[in-house]
Amino acid sequence: MITKRIIPCLDVKDGRVVKGVNFTGLREVASPVALAEYYSKCGADELVFYDITASAEGRALFTGILRETASKVFIPLTVGGGIKDVSDFERVLSCGADKVSVNSGAIANRALIGEAAKKYGDQCVVISADIKRVNGEFHVFVKGGREDTGLHAIEWIKRCVGEGAGEVVVNSMDTDGVKGGFDIELLEKVCAAVKVPVIASGGAGSKAHFVELFQKIPDIDAGLAASVFHFGEIAIPDLKKTLAEYSIPVRI
Amino acid sequence: MIAIIDYGVGNLFSIKSSFEAVGADTVVTSDPKTIQNADKIMLPGVGAFEDAARKLKESGLGEIVKQEAAKGKPLLGVCLGMQLLFERSHEYGVHEGLGVLKGDVVPMKGYIDEKLKVPQIGWNALKFTKESPLFKYIKDGDFVYFVHSYFASGCEDSVAAVTEYDKDLTAAVSKGNVYGCQFHPEKSGDVGLNILRAFSEL
Repeated sequence: MITKRIIPCLDVKDGRVVKGVNFTGLREVASPVALAEYYSKCGADELVFYDITASAEGRALFTGILRETASKVFIPLTVGGGIKDVSDFERVLSCGADKVSVNSGAIANRALIGEAAKKYGDQCVVISADIKRVNGEFHVFVKGGREDTGLHAIEWIKRCVGEGAGEVVVNSMDTDGVKGGFDIELLEKVCAAVKVPVIASGGAGSKAHFVELFQKIPDIDAGLAASVFHFGEIAIPDLKKTLAEYSIPVRI
Repeated sequence: MIAIIDYGVGNLFSIKSSFEAVGADTVVTSDPKTIQNADKIMLPGVGAFEDAARKLKESGLGEIVKQEAAKGKPLLGVCLGMQLLFERSHEYGVHEGLGVLKGDVVPMKGYIDEKLKVPQIGWNALKFTKESPLFKYIKDGDFVYFVHSYFASGCEDSVAAVTEYDKDLTAAVSKGNVYGCQFHPEKSGDVGLNILRAFSEL
């Protein structure tokens, strides 16, 4: 049986991991390569590198790091951040990324998903959406959650999948950072709307939240988190053990 | 030396890196002489069958791979590279493969429970159906990473491991000097590296 995936997300700026990482026993806490190796050994099923660099120099550092990581870490790597056109796909795929996550780039360039899926295959294209409730509707936000696009989230995701996105990352801004659990209501709606893997993001604060996620939504494929893993609040081997105790299929 | 066949399909960075991680010498090549001089051949591949099969044919590399395999040189196909070893694929029409192995590549859709997602993306367990030198360093039940919508069928003589995704699907094949993995050993952590190590030591 296919297992549920646990995915740590690393935000990388100018070649370093930001958003604070606090591991005891790990010296190079800001090194994306060292962290990726650490997570891979811990049993992470996949890694997401999110490039939050704005400058060209930072972007070059990022691709260098990606190349180094991909030469040492042999689990799937997804890359997001600053993906605006097909040449950005080429740039990160040639450095060893397996999947490319597109967020606002797909809104600015509506042909991007279709073009990329045609060139690299659906399995390579991930649509990632920052979603927030506005007057009882789910809207897609951009610019780090500052700008409401007015797009209806479920319709937007369906459209992206229809054009070839092979996977969906749903980041709920309403639950992100609160550590009160994943956004079950939103995730259920997305899972009911598409037949590609859906990755839940935003809200993980404890192991119980992952148990709740996989128990309440059997169709969800993966749970993604950043700070709870980086700060050691949840240890991945421990999380997987707990999930297995609840008969949730995981790779141990 | 393992010749990783470069026929313009997909990115070979990860596969080369993973062989290097287990200490194997590799060369990414489309040169017939280099392939003929190598001890082993690795056929990669992602994307659509028809396009890849055409590129193998037009470049003449498919014929060279067949000839070398017929001489007994170890050959490993990965993902689409494994599917290409079979006689035919039924992906968007019927297309001829290299025919090194008996069998057809058929869609999961219509075969497995329609509630399951296609492609199968993620980590699933291997169930060995026979012994293979490829499994020297791994065990039954180990997890590997899959991304696929089609699977090899009618290959009872070569199937060495299956994976359960509603039904048992061909996960690895092994027949004489010809090997194949439907999953991605280069993305399957230590288990995957151990498969590549076993192949490189043949």
